[in-house]
Amino acid sequence: MNESAPSHVKEGTVTMDTGEMRCDATSGSETSLDPSCAVRAPIGLLAELTHRCPLQCPYCSNPLELEKVNVELTTEEWQKVMRQAAQLGILQVHLSGGEPTARRDLEEIVKTASEAGLYTNLITAAVLLKRDRLEKLKECGLDHVQISIQDVDTEAENADRIAGYKGGSAKKKEVAGWVRELGMPLTINAPIHRHNIHSVEAIINYAVELGAGRVEIAHVQYYAWALKNRASLMPTREAFMEAARIVERERERLKGIIVIDAVVPDYYAKYPKPCMGGWGKGIINITPSGRVLPCHAAESITHLEFDNVKDRPLADIWLNGSAFQKYRGTSWMKEPCRTCPRREIDYGGCRCQAFALTGDAANTDPACSLSPMHEAWAKVAEVESHQSSPAFVYRRPGGATPKPEIKKTPATSDA
Amino acid sequence: MGETTPRQRTVITTDSKPVMPPYIKMRHDAGRNRWLILAPERLFDPDAIAVEVLKLCDGARSVGDIAGILSKEYNAPVEDIEVDIITMLQDLADKGVVKA
Repeated sequence: MNESAPSHVKEGTVTMDTGEMRCDATSGSETSLDPSCAVRAPIGLLAELTHRCPLQCPYCSNPLELEKVNVELTTEEWQKVMRQAAQLGILQVHLSGGEPTARRDLEEIVKTASEAGLYTNLITAAVLLKRDRLEKLKECGLDHVQISIQDVDTEAENADRIAGYKGGSAKKKEVAGWVRELGMPLTINAPIHRHNIHSVEAIINYAVELGAGRVEIAHVQYYAWALKNRASLMPTREAFMEAARIVERERERLKGIIVIDAVVPDYYAKYPKPCMGGWGKGIINITPSGRVLPCHAAESITHLEFDNVKDRPLADIWLNGSAFQKYRGTSWMKEPCRTCPRREIDYGGCRCQAFALTGDAANTDPACSLSPMHEAWAKVAEVESHQSSPAFVYRRPGGATPKPEIKKTPATSDA
Repeated sequence: MGETTPRQRTVITTDSKPVMPPYIKMRHDAGRNRWLILAPERLFDPDAIAVEVLKLCDGARSVGDIAGILSKEYNAPVEDIEVDIITMLQDLADKGVVKA
């Protein structure tokens, strides 16, 4: 997705979307070390500070089993993580969740991260933010704010229905305005699916109007809650193709005004995506309780064991942790990946998807046309996207396995 | 809300006075032994020439001034340098890395 720069500056991205993180920064000159030993320093840390969130988006990339507040790392523990991350060579930290502003100590964490030299990025639903808090976060060194939206403000009702949060759309608009007033760079992240894919052009224009420097047209990635809700969320191929054409056209029209990044749903992609830019290659994810993952969905691979930052230094986990070692590089691959000329381009796709659908995470991701399961898998999208959309399974603690009588969660709107 | 006038593309010319906004951070990474530009969810990998140019972009010097300085330093025709750095800076302006 990188444009080839004609100039003296190569570009990489350290992007965090609802369902995917891409990391394709180009490395400098390669040394002649044995490549299997050459584990590079990670460049991005996705810090899920909490799984608490006032929104209930049915495509949330958090695991179905949400971590509870009483297991969350303390302020000091997160601060230690930030210092260790900087020492390890990490350049950017994405402060995410759940909703990171649900933590009252966010300022302290940002300050420590910034002082350690990390580029700090707040990934927020924005509905809990007040102006003075945002100002304080800026003073603490916050570099960038990413606000997620569900639809444009003229479709606020739809947006609030998707998020399961009344008044969210208007609040987000207000916070976006503050971000710009404070002179901070703004990204608008719009997870795209069947219920808002008709708004792609309007969303891009809305992001321009809000003063964003970037907008992410982030087609939902079907893991976790999104997989649970796939039949509700999957757009038709035709709708997807139309959205892709719009993105391409708007990118040209808005050149120099806004950067448009697009994340393609792999059900409609030609090749599987190089998940996380390669397992254990550039990104670390840490859960609210301190579990260190090669990818935010990695816990779905049930036989992996994850270290906790409370027990072991981050650098040691990155280099030697069994979960990171397991699928790093290419030596774990089976056929057809092992001898595939694209093995270092897409790394056989997504381990979590391979595990979920084939039972073996070392198999080729069914998103790849060379997978024996590919045809059956691709058909799912075709079929589901043309059926009527079932009601959302909203993202909330226990929501994935509803037990009829104990629901006391307030104010979901009609789905 | 912020702007009321429509947002426009920054076009880099000889007279532009480019500068990296405060949230774009260029720094030397000792561990990797290279210069990096950190930007919102982006990482840029500038070569030695780009680093030279960007260090001179202070919002006061014009592209013409910068080309003049580099022309003396590298003993190269100022016109060639100017064309080269305008291309580079335009690309970076389009990506939000420099303002002018």
